Amino acid sequence: MAADSALLLSLVEEYVSGLQDSKAKDTAKGVKDGQFTVLQLVEALGLSLTSSQPHTRARGVQLLSEVLQECYGGLTEREVEVLIAFYENRLKDHYVITPPVLQGLRALTKCTVLPPGSAVSMLRSLFQDVHVQVRLDTVNCVFLFDSSTELKGLGADFVFGFVQSMDGERDPRNLLLAFQVAKNIIHRGYDLGKFTEELFEVTSCYFPINFTPPPNDPHSITREELVQMLRDVLAGTPQFAEFLLPLIIEKLDSDVLSAKLDSLQTLTACVSQYEHKDLAEFLEGLWVSLRREVFQTSSEKIESAGLAALTALTSCLSRSVLNSDSEDSLCTFLDLVLKDCRHHLCEPDLKLVWPSAKLLQAACSASSRASHIITSAVMPSLIEQYNSKTEVNVLLSLERKSNWVQGEFRPSLVFLAFRPSLCSMVFSALTETNASLQITATSVLTSLAQQTGEMNSSIHSCQQSQICLAVVECVGALAELHPAAFIAKLIPRLKKEIEASEQQSLQAVRQRCMSALAAMSTQPGVVQESTPVLLEVLSSAHTGSVGFSVEEVVAACHSLQRIAEQVQDTEETGRCFHDVIIPRLLSLALQAALQGDTVRAFFMRFVWFPSGGFHFIRLAGQTALKAVSLFLDGDVSFLPDNSFPSHIGLLKQQGDSWSQSQMVCLLMGCVCSLPRSVEVPQMDQLLSQLEEMSCTCSHPLSYTSAAKCFAGLVNKRAQGQLVSLLSCYIFYLTNFLFPVSSCFQVAKALLLRYHPLFTALTDKLFSLLDDADLGPMAADGFSLLMSDSPDVLNRGCHADVRIMYRQRFFSENSAKLVQGFNAAPQEKKPNYLKALSNIVNKLPKQVQVTELPTASHLQILLSLLLEALSCPDRGVQLSTLSCLEPVLVDPPPALIQQLEALVGRLLPLTSSPSMNVRIASLRCIHAVSLFPVHEVLPFRARVLRALARPLDDKKRLVRIEAVQARAEWFLLGSPGGR
Amino acid sequence: WVTFGGVNMSGGTRLENANPVIFQRSGERLLTATDEDEDVHDPIDDREIFDILSINDPEHPLSLEELNVVEQVRVKVSDAESTVGIEFTPTIPHCSMATLIGLSIKVKLLRSLPDRFKIDVHITPGTHASEEAVNKQLADKERVAAALENSSLLEVVNQCLSTRSI
Repeated sequence: MAADSALLLSLVEEYVSGLQDSKAKDTAKGVKDGQFTVLQLVEALGLSLTSSQPHTRARGVQLLSEVLQECYGGLTEREVEVLIAFYENRLKDHYVITPPVLQGLRALTKCTVLPPGSAVSMLRSLFQDVHVQVRLDTVNCVFLFDSSTELKGLGADFVFGFVQSMDGERDPRNLLLAFQVAKNIIHRGYDLGKFTEELFEVTSCYFPINFTPPPNDPHSITREELVQMLRDVLAGTPQFAEFLLPLIIEKLDSDVLSAKLDSLQTLTACVSQYEHKDLAEFLEGLWVSLRREVFQTSSEKIESAGLAALTALTSCLSRSVLNSDSEDSLCTFLDLVLKDCRHHLCEPDLKLVWPSAKLLQAACSASSRASHIITSAVMPSLIEQYNSKTEVNVLLSLERKSNWVQGEFRPSLVFLAFRPSLCSMVFSALTETNASLQITATSVLTSLAQQTGEMNSSIHSCQQSQICLAVVECVGALAELHPAAFIAKLIPRLKKEIEASEQQSLQAVRQRCMSALAAMSTQPGVVQESTPVLLEVLSSAHTGSVGFSVEEVVAACHSLQRIAEQVQDTEETGRCFHDVIIPRLLSLALQAALQGDTVRAFFMRFVWFPSGGFHFIRLAGQTALKAVSLFLDGDVSFLPDNSFPSHIGLLKQQGDSWSQSQMVCLLMGCVCSLPRSVEVPQMDQLLSQLEEMSCTCSHPLSYTSAAKCFAGLVNKRAQGQLVSLLSCYIFYLTNFLFPVSSCFQVAKALLLRYHPLFTALTDKLFSLLDDADLGPMAADGFSLLMSDSPDVLNRGCHADVRIMYRQRFFSENSAKLVQGFNAAPQEKKPNYLKALSNIVNKLPKQVQVTELPTASHLQILLSLLLEALSCPDRGVQLSTLSCLEPVLVDPPPALIQQLEALVGRLLPLTSSPSMNVRIASLRCIHAVSLFPVHEVLPFRARVLRALARPLDDKKRLVRIEAVQARAEWFLLGSPGGR
Repeated sequence: WVTFGGVNMSGGTRLENANPVIFQRSGERLLTATDEDEDVHDPIDDREIFDILSINDPEHPLSLEELNVVEQVRVKVSDAESTVGIEFTPTIPHCSMATLIGLSIKVKLLRSLPDRFKIDVHITPGTHASEEAVNKQLADKERVAAALENSSLLEVVNQCLSTRSI
């Protein structure tokens, strides 16, 4: 024990006199371990605490405080009481002692066993004795600790003490803390008493905060933090209303943008706490300021803050409970708003229409009561105005207004009274030519329909109007939201419409109905109801019971296609398509085919098979199986209305009748849309029959479809199974048994997947160019080879398409082409030129530029292209010009060497009979003017002379190009030019 | 917003044209179906000439259109009679560049129109102090030809006529 106290004394000695800060830790550890108590420590400190040197005393207190900071948890209530008394006493001491005292007090406030009344006494002493700002920190700690009502007893005195202590504070750290304390004072419901205004003054003098943190500020206090904290204080209590609102009105006059913004945001924040009586006397002033901010807005931020404030204000007024004798301040306020805004809406000068509408809209959105008042005041005049004026700019303003109307619709149902006139306005807006007006009207209609239960009637009357596209889109959007209502009401209605309107004049209505049906079918439930209607159209067109036109049948097919594309991919919809729709379509086609009715069967060209979606694909395999067995074996069991003969050979040529053979296009759609992972049944047999058909059939649609189908299957077929098949094919080709276009289809199937056999095939294709009859067709075929395929050989149908197959084809075969050209007799050369220009034209532009200069036979290729320019075929000229133009932007040296030939061939083309050739050649001549000056200068006079004629061309588009080209050539070699 | 036909800026309110009022360029001419029809003859019209004249002001990096020097309403063309009349409005009444602007317009039209056209370029009445003198210069074929022999003058004209590079 004696050793302990000796140790303690030495520790104290070393800390106080020896200034070794680490001893505080050791002492604290001793206290914690129970080696000595706090009281013992105080006793040991006795000497230093009574020293005549203030610094020694401070050091002593500091040791005690630091120890307390470590071990305040172990103190008893009695000890705390003694310590607080000790510290409070110390506050009266020399000022150097104050900081460690505050530190100690702060430690003590964390004690759980703070005796009752101690917080009050602590604060009292603090306010009495400490005169520096540092104490705020301590105050805050005391404060945070005290969640009970104890401090409230201090009441106004405490507030006053606080006000005094933060007065004149400038340090942002302390301010942040002070605002925090003030916020707590307000939020905990302290009685502000007669010091309300003082507390407001002492905080509001910082409003609006103007603070820019210094660069590399260690405390990282931002302006936003201060702004937010101050706003919480100011907006915290309605008691501040009478002071704050005038302040805000005053600050809104400021020229500083940030001050305005801050004021508006503070206003928005504060009214959420206020009641109407707090606002009453300032309403007019606030409105004048808000109106000015929105009308004369200088920044979008301010405007939107102003509108938000207006909304908040209105919503505050709407919320307030009225006494029997108080006036309805919402009405009063909205009267003000309406008085100032309404006449702007009607003025011919459009300047203030939009801001006024925005203000009204903001007020409207606050509450349904506000919305009601404003709408009933404004709507009639708006509608009247719409009806009386037709000028374009008025319409423009109305567009804005209807935008506003749209915003307004959401909150309430108060529009019922206006609906009829509003509807008529929207519909007449739909018939206007102004596109944006139509769009707005449609979106108004959408929101209108969401409001009212009667979307049915509104949409139906849209059907009559001219602008169906936008309406149909709107129908689609609505159907997604209300599928049940659509199934119950609109589909039967549309169905009736389709069936009823038999006259020719109503065709358009019927087509619109069908596209509306398609647009709304995104939900499985709707699809189940809408597709039978469309199928009914098709089948009644077949039986001839109703006079449907060709366009309508096509429209029905397109509608089905659209549905298949947009519908949700579910088991249900997949089944609907594969079990109902496709068999039905096949059956209809087969019926028509068997009756030899080619007119009715034509619709099959527009039948389209869904190729995407998980469920669709899974079911597609089964459909393919059925379709193949239908085509190969004549199995008709899965078709509805089954009255077909049992053995029909659809892939067999039957005399001249192509009504059946053309059904192969349905087979194509069905099997070629399958992904590669799905096995096509009876593949070999299918291929051989298709091959035969594409060779022997004479009907173009039939043999083209057969060839496409063949190509589609070959493209997806596994590598090994192809060789024998193709060798046979090449035999056919060599003997010209295939129609040329079919050859190219199959060749393309191989090119797309980089199949090695393609090379053998290419040679055959090139040799076709030498054929007197087939040469021109073959040259056209190269365009097919290089272009994107719309139906079968594309990624949408899961075809095997390698990237950059065009470039590959070009780099592998351009040499062959040049060779062939050189070897060909004169009269066959155009075929080669045409093929070349078809190929080069379809290459991506950047490849044309980069590929041409790197090809080894560039010189020859260029002369070939130049040769193609003098080919009499306009198509060749045009495609050659369009591949030359990008090359001319960055001309390869080889081209510059042939400048004479180039210019010589381009100039005559400027008087070609084809306008497009004239335009393209003038563009090329323009591009040549930008070649190196010394190269092109010799041609200047000649070109200028030649370009005088196209200046008087009869087509303006040609003249425009000529003017530009000639201007550039004039500048060439002239001072100030190039 | 198209400001053509709007109030012309009176030069008296500005002391100098270092900071001219800029007018919005009118949009691209819209293509019509007949423009692409091979068989239809499109006569040369006011708008076409106006579009040709989108040339640079020698003092500003802005086109004459943007400075409101040339307005479409002040372009009169008759394809049948082969005449073109242009009125241009200098930015300020004492603009020393008026002759040069007029010359540039004239040269541009000479280069862009078929030979058959008679081209008349003059200042909008009442907008320039030495209106008559400038008009006389521009109307005198020989003086125009002589001016274009002067290589430094031609250089400035060509600079005005160079395509804008933005």
